[in-house]
Amino acid sequence: MEKQLLKLTVNGQEYELYISPKTLLVEVIRDHIGLTGTKRGCETVSCGACTVMIDDMAVKSCSILAVQAQGRHITTVEGLEKNGKLAPMQKAFLDYGSYQCGFCTAGMLMSCEAFLKENPAPTKEEIREGIEGNICRCTGYNSIVRAVEAVVKGNYREE
Amino acid sequence: MIQDFTYLRPGTLQEALSMLAAHKDDSKIICGGQSLLIVMRQGLLVTDHLIDIKGLKELCYIVFDEQEGLKIGATTTHRAIETSELIKQKYPVLVAVEKRLASIQVRNWGTIAGNLAHGDSSGDLAPTLIALDAKIKLASLKGSRIVPLEKFYTGLFETAIEKDELVVEVQVPPLRSGTAVAYKKFNLIENDQAIVGVAAAVTIDRKGTCNDARVVLSNAGVTPIRAKNAEKVLIGKKLADALLVKAGEAASGDAEPVSDIHASEEYRRHLVKVLTKRMVKQAWDQATHS
Repeated sequence: MEKQLLKLTVNGQEYELYISPKTLLVEVIRDHIGLTGTKRGCETVSCGACTVMIDDMAVKSCSILAVQAQGRHITTVEGLEKNGKLAPMQKAFLDYGSYQCGFCTAGMLMSCEAFLKENPAPTKEEIREGIEGNICRCTGYNSIVRAVEAVVKGNYREE
Repeated sequence: MIQDFTYLRPGTLQEALSMLAAHKDDSKIICGGQSLLIVMRQGLLVTDHLIDIKGLKELCYIVFDEQEGLKIGATTTHRAIETSELIKQKYPVLVAVEKRLASIQVRNWGTIAGNLAHGDSSGDLAPTLIALDAKIKLASLKGSRIVPLEKFYTGLFETAIEKDELVVEVQVPPLRSGTAVAYKKFNLIENDQAIVGVAAAVTIDRKGTCNDARVVLSNAGVTPIRAKNAEKVLIGKKLADALLVKAGEAASGDAEPVSDIHASEEYRRHLVKVLTKRMVKQAWDQATHS
């Protein structure tokens, strides 16, 4: 199978890779680039643990051929922190215990970041809808919603 | 695992059509891939050539005019439809259906034509669009043709698309005045696939009589099914509980459901009966107050 040249930006860093066109975006992120924050949870495009952002859109990286990300800007969970400081959402998740096993967390953070970009002042109902594509087996979601509410309220405003 | 393929990426629609013509016996189109990649990963679909049309911006549009109605380009994402103010105004049922379709991530990348071309009879858009009397525009090097969506599905995951053809546009005619459309699916977790679903479109005149009705069932057969006997019950009548019950029973009889792990055939028929009553009532109320 003929390999394709893939050029994309991940967390602000440019990459050039030769990949077989059947490679999934999640495989490029985890196996080729080595960013293992993004997780593969289900293999059936159901769980959202592989959620990353392409430009500002939340997408499931296990369900996208890497070649379709040609020239795009990808943000993974590793890209949330700035200069070694955790993002507001990450701090809120820590404070509110919005994780237990942590497997859904990367994807959950990315979905939250993405929908807050679209809707910076969601209601509780809208927050719940915003994470509809991410399954958590541990927390029951309430601590996640509380963390997002705290960020929306401005408790984690960056200085 | 996904089997090897030759990856082709046309830059224009013309190029895509040429590639399709050149490889018409051994190629498959990928756009968002939100349905296609699942079946490829499970080894259910193997292809020598994969033609990627995701980048064809010329097919990404939403336009409306009062004469011709709504035209949506093939590579328009679900999310674009869900968030379109224009569609919310003119065809609010489409926005409502999109909000309950899969998940945000899938809607951000998946496209309307991909969804319709996949031909999953448990899809939400096809029955709703059939209730709206939508049409599909197909293009090939030989030209283009328009197929009513209700004639588009020919079997289980089978459509009328010829080997050298590409879906390029979805067309929805303007709604007659006094028309409203409602869709609801039954599932256990919101946004899951329909266990069954019913789309109901009714046109009510000033005297409260139903002039036209289209009732379309999701996941009650190998293709979306128009419950024509339910429609016959409604046309020419005024709203009454007994009428809704009769329409539900007729729709239940029109259904050809299977039993699977989600529901038995019996339960599906029962759900069709209940959902038909509810959706006809909902559409009727909306049409009367519009």
